[in-house]
Amino acid sequence: MVDPANTVGIPVNPTPLLKDELDIVIPTIRNLDFLEMWRPFLQPYHLIIVQDGDPTKKIHVPEGYDYELYNRNDINRILGPKASCISFKDSACRCFGYMVSKKKYIFTIDDDCFVAKDPSGKAVNALEQHIKNLLCPSTPLFFNTLYDPYREGADFVRGYPFSLREGVTTAVSHGLWLNIPDYDAPTQLVKPKERNTRYVDAVMTIPKGTLFPMCGMNLAFDRDLIGPAMYFGLMGDGQPIGRYDDMWAGWCIKVICDHLGLGVKTGLPYIYHSKASNPFVNLKKEYKGIFWQEDIIPFFQNVKLSKEATTVQQCYIELSKMVKEKLSSLDPYFDKLADAMVTWIEAWDELNPPATA
Amino acid sequence: MSLDHEINKNEVDIVIGALNADLTPFLDTWRPFFTGFHLIIVKDPELKEEELNIPQGFDVDVYSKTDMEKVVGSSDTTAMFSGYSCRYFGYLVSKKKYIVSIDDDCVPAKDPKGFLVDAVSQHVDNLERPATPLFFNTLYDPYREGADFVRGYPFSLRSGVPCAASCGLWLNLADLDAPTQALKTEQRNTSYVDAVMTVPLKAMLPISGINIAFNRELVGPALVPALRIAGEGRVRWETLEDVWCGMCLKHIVDHLGYGVKTGLPYVWRNERGDAVESLKKKWEGMKLMEKSVPFFESLKLPESAVTVEDCVVELAKAVREQLGSDDHAFTQAADAMVKWVQLWSSVNSSG
Repeated sequence: MVDPANTVGIPVNPTPLLKDELDIVIPTIRNLDFLEMWRPFLQPYHLIIVQDGDPTKKIHVPEGYDYELYNRNDINRILGPKASCISFKDSACRCFGYMVSKKKYIFTIDDDCFVAKDPSGKAVNALEQHIKNLLCPSTPLFFNTLYDPYREGADFVRGYPFSLREGVTTAVSHGLWLNIPDYDAPTQLVKPKERNTRYVDAVMTIPKGTLFPMCGMNLAFDRDLIGPAMYFGLMGDGQPIGRYDDMWAGWCIKVICDHLGLGVKTGLPYIYHSKASNPFVNLKKEYKGIFWQEDIIPFFQNVKLSKEATTVQQCYIELSKMVKEKLSSLDPYFDKLADAMVTWIEAWDELNPPATA
Repeated sequence: MSLDHEINKNEVDIVIGALNADLTPFLDTWRPFFTGFHLIIVKDPELKEEELNIPQGFDVDVYSKTDMEKVVGSSDTTAMFSGYSCRYFGYLVSKKKYIVSIDDDCVPAKDPKGFLVDAVSQHVDNLERPATPLFFNTLYDPYREGADFVRGYPFSLRSGVPCAASCGLWLNLADLDAPTQALKTEQRNTSYVDAVMTVPLKAMLPISGINIAFNRELVGPALVPALRIAGEGRVRWETLEDVWCGMCLKHIVDHLGYGVKTGLPYVWRNERGDAVESLKKKWEGMKLMEKSVPFFESLKLPESAVTVEDCVVELAKAVREQLGSDDHAFTQAADAMVKWVQLWSSVNSSG
């Protein structure tokens, strides 16, 4: 078994990296008690809380944190009719936080994620590791068997082409979870007691051309580089599907990052995932996704963005057209989703106008 | 470290290329893990010493220059099998399903709990379990105890594909190139990453020959001793034969729909050689690698290449056509690859 770290007594980080350049986006429908244990690592940073569900409920933010909070009324007020692209009753609503942020970097974490311990028992500062991952190049064009070559104590192995050793800019850092692993409903039903106790001490770049299941529980990204592609789709209330928000975003960002020559890393940091969601509820949400992903995956594997698509927004709009063209026949949901993708970009551009000279 | 199932030792050959005449320290340290297995020890044809020093208690067949000459003739023996490439002779004459091959300057590593790592069993375990090259699993090997496929992993891809090769890693002296090691003379690898993972489809990687295992029945002929650089020496810093072999192997494996795994097991690699000394030699390898990358990136083997042998021959053809004019080493590699396939057929049909 594995336990979360006890962070009592750990002083607040006196040298928080990127303090004024990073926002922490947290979707919540319950409470933010988990932030108490994250104080040493997260308190210096600005929070964007996206409150899902009943907007009249008062969400208490622990003392000492600097934050802005948006509930559904705020989302509707700020986006007007475009608010239709933001999910309701699903943590997918978190992407609203990405849109309203004015910072370069985003760290997003779920409200049931605690601080993990590394094998030596030390509390893991997940945010610091994410920042290191983002500030350091990725190597998607050639796999390094010693994983992250820029890490202290590591390097490129013999045979690694010298011309590829500078790497490319990192756009996304995907962290992992100890304790409750991110399994789908069928797996949860078959293995309800399985816990992830294995701390794999590595960060690695996901190769170009390879897709992966991106989990939104413990994720960081460069908003300037890839933000507009981090739309978490139409999920939850009124939608035929749930628990595929981060997956959808992950497939979109990966093809766009591959196209634009940006890197996506996975591995460290770990957080401690404390709550297992109800597998029967999950099954109902995921059910359609399980079938649809069989067609969605080949779709993304075959996506070819045009040479003319040189910005994230252009790539994303092109992608939305392909979704409409190729996936609508799978289910009319994808037609709606393609429209929502466009709405999202319009809303993003409205809230984030390019800086005028 | 315990594995989920017992491996069948009769299906495995452990092939060791002997670049040192005295194999006693090497074999004694590996004894707990080599016992019960058949060993093929191949003596570097250019090793000065007459006899290899092999301790008692092993089930071993030793091959030397004379054996090689019987199979390939004297002129080709040195060209094909000198130095680290001697191990390929062992791959050629083996009759087993799996090969595990470890350099003779490596000993068992210790895991973070202090237990010695059974590299042989871990390799065979990797080979027996499916690989998953078509979609990346963020919890790494999904078939491992305590792990599984994560949410979002397509169900149709969860049975995986056959694993063709298992690439292990190294603690202490990692497999870095000479410039890197010379720059960081004190650097030693102390990081034990507790994972096995499949290298995704189309991703290229440097496959090291220091600690490797493969399914000989599935892909045997694809492990080609082909690329020899000028002034190749008897330290890994002065070779590239395994890296070239690995580039070919990965491409062929991708084409045929199999998988390559990397990660565990670790071995402990001892100090040997001097990176700075190796650096003094004009390092041809760097240039050759640079030229190889775009070649492999754009290479497409024809649909008609459905056997491993076909793939090697087609690959050789492409090497000759596209890289031959760049450097004579490539033409020689292409010739060696074709010869290797012929050799493999003749040795294995008569055997």
